[in-house]
Amino acid sequence: MGYTENDLAKDLENSEYKFGFTTDIESDRAPLGLNEDIIRFISAKKEEPEWLLDYRLKCYKIWSEMTEPSWAHITYPKPNFQGISYYAAPKQTKKYESWDDVDPEMKATMAKLGISLEEQQRLTGVAVDFVMDSVSVATSFKSKLKELGIIFCSFSEAVQEHPELVRQYMGSVVPATDNFYAALNSAVFTDGSFCYIPKGVRCPMELSTYFRINEANTGQFERTLVIADEGSYVSYLEGCTAPQRDENQLHAAVVELIALKDAEIKYSTVQNWYPGDKNGDGGVFNFVTKRGICETNAKISWTQVETGSAVTWKYPSCILKGDNSIGEFYSVAVTNNYQQADTGTKMIHLGKNTKSTIISKGISAGKSHNSYRGLVQIHKNAHHARNFSQCDSLLMTDECGAHTFPYIECKNPSAKIEHEATTSKIGEDQIFYCLQRGISEEKAISLIVNGYCKEVLNQLPMEFAVEAQKLLTISLEGSVG
Amino acid sequence: MLKIKNLHASIDGKEILKGLNLEVNPGEVHAIMGPNGAGKSTLASVLAGREEYEITEGTVDFEGADLLEMATEDRAREGLFLAFQYPVEIPGVSNVNFLRTALNEIREYRGEPAISAKDFMALVKEKSAIVELDAKLASRSVNEGFSGGEKKRNEIFQMAMLDPKLAILDETDSGLDIDALRIVANGVNKLKSDKNATIVITHYQRLLDYIVPDFVHVLYNGQIVKSGPKELALELEEKGYDWIKAEFAH
Ligand SMILES: Nc1ncnc2c1ncn2[C@@H]1O[C@H](COP(=O)(O)OP(=O)(O)OP(=O)(O)O)[C@@H](O)[C@H]1O
Ligand SMILES: [Mg+2]
Repeated sequence: MGYTENDLAKDLENSEYKFGFTTDIESDRAPLGLNEDIIRFISAKKEEPEWLLDYRLKCYKIWSEMTEPSWAHITYPKPNFQGISYYAAPKQTKKYESWDDVDPEMKATMAKLGISLEEQQRLTGVAVDFVMDSVSVATSFKSKLKELGIIFCSFSEAVQEHPELVRQYMGSVVPATDNFYAALNSAVFTDGSFCYIPKGVRCPMELSTYFRINEANTGQFERTLVIADEGSYVSYLEGCTAPQRDENQLHAAVVELIALKDAEIKYSTVQNWYPGDKNGDGGVFNFVTKRGICETNAKISWTQVETGSAVTWKYPSCILKGDNSIGEFYSVAVTNNYQQADTGTKMIHLGKNTKSTIISKGISAGKSHNSYRGLVQIHKNAHHARNFSQCDSLLMTDECGAHTFPYIECKNPSAKIEHEATTSKIGEDQIFYCLQRGISEEKAISLIVNGYCKEVLNQLPMEFAVEAQKLLTISLEGSVG
Repeated sequence: MLKIKNLHASIDGKEILKGLNLEVNPGEVHAIMGPNGAGKSTLASVLAGREEYEITEGTVDFEGADLLEMATEDRAREGLFLAFQYPVEIPGVSNVNFLRTALNEIREYRGEPAISAKDFMALVKEKSAIVELDAKLASRSVNEGFSGGEKKRNEIFQMAMLDPKLAILDETDSGLDIDALRIVANGVNKLKSDKNATIVITHYQRLLDYIVPDFVHVLYNGQIVKSGPKELALELEEKGYDWIKAEFAH
């Protein structure tokens, strides 16, 4: 495999946040603040149809009437929603037809991120839709996908080219009324990705999008919509890196997955937003709403490796509407220093014989707090529904915290629900054993932690698993105590 | 190779090693025996560099260098190996991945290039044969769910893979069935050369029938109180430790 221990060693040399650099591309940005005019500005910039502007305004109204939620296990300075610019685009608005047309500075940025498109395209067959500050600047493998009738493009492009699909499905899984951040996103989202797999088509490659916050003080509000038509299959990868920042950055994405009859969607995320420095300053606030709906016999798997963000609030969920549908959630969440994470999933069983699996691995280091919050809901018609949940917490120090909140609501007596939970402290005996074999402490921790997360990492496509392993190692450097 | 002089070590304020002396030369096999709680595993841990112990007095010279100044992992990289009395489980980390990481770290330390996957697998095959380790165990997670005897066998397999200068075997014989004892002991013998040395900590003379020691030492109350040829082990087996305890009562 592509990953060697030497790669790891190289990464270890670099203990500061590896991707802490900014790209200097002049941007076209909205004035600070949020009101109806700003929404009109965004919509006009994006040359959107009337219906979408109306939708945004309606959502803005919903949002203005909501209050920001608060949670027991997260504390953070509330974002100032009037101090954010809601739109920024690289000044060059022209689309790139070929790789040669891409701005060299942009290429350099991608190279630093270790995701050279050329390499990725050639070696791994991954089609990358690179979102830099809200506007997609490079899209590849389009023609190949086109042959199969697969649509993989930026959300804005989908609005222009496939308005009927966007109109039908946007907001159908995550309505604007769902929560404060979903409402905000629905009003001000700038771009994101769109994917449609036609009936019976198995997407032959992993579809991948790299997000990156690049403008100081720019809230990021991506919108992702993945539709897998009947009997189709797609594996979708999302990875995030962000440059180092002083002020907190807000990130409030909405991801909607629709798996129609017999379809399968695998959605994998490696999330690495800037977590703040050792004192907890800076860092991204990540408030994301991710949800998928499964029709009959459909399957959705969420796999996530969360290492970044100052504050993470995220519950990728599945609505198991169709009979025999399957929902899976595999998660590794690492928190270090002063990071706070409150993540988990919701599995809503509506159909008969629906099945869900939840494997959550929390790792807390430093003075961080890591909470798992999961809801398994069995509705009264969900005969013979089954759930298995396993929530493990690994503590690296005596000062960090792990909390598990499993909620179960069962309205059908034929359901079978199993829940297992463990909490352990990283063993000094294990580390000593590794050291005695000549393995350095950093590498020992990396081995032990990666071993602990194996069940989740195994769910990721190979290249992604490699990146995830490195991230785990980087984010836990010097953390044992 | 190894010179321990007047070594004092304590843990949580309690002195366990109380002025221990021992010298080991290349090509030699030393057996250390002694009653439970005498400090045998403590000695092994202190030499390997376990941080919980405080060294209050004494020196340890390993191949001309000050062992006590070396970081734990560097001691291993310099060729010190400890076969643990209680090997640790590392879930989710395969034995081969673990060993490849270790081997490459050691090679890097010595300025050698990383071993290729092909050469590594060939080495695994060759060395697992020495202790007749089931190939399935090599690919399983480190010690996870291994039986007591399998863990011990795995320790010697690791020793074979890492090819140390000085190996300390802490009760490697305990938990082994009669056949396994012979296999593991033969494995240790095959790894013996005139350049490396072995310290065997054991309670039973039987192991020493297979791994024949050049010297037998009795560790009692934190000191080596008696040393002799291999016949000393037979005497201990016969008479127990009372006569030694009586001699060194305080
Ligand atoms: N943390 C500790 N605090 C106090 N005493 C300790 C601590 N750890 C170990 N000891 C003591 O140190 C002594 C030596 O232990 P050690 O494990 O070295 O014995 P041993 O000779 O290997 O015995 P055995 O034959 O049973 O393996 C024992 O009396 C043990 O109880
Ligand atoms: Mg012992």
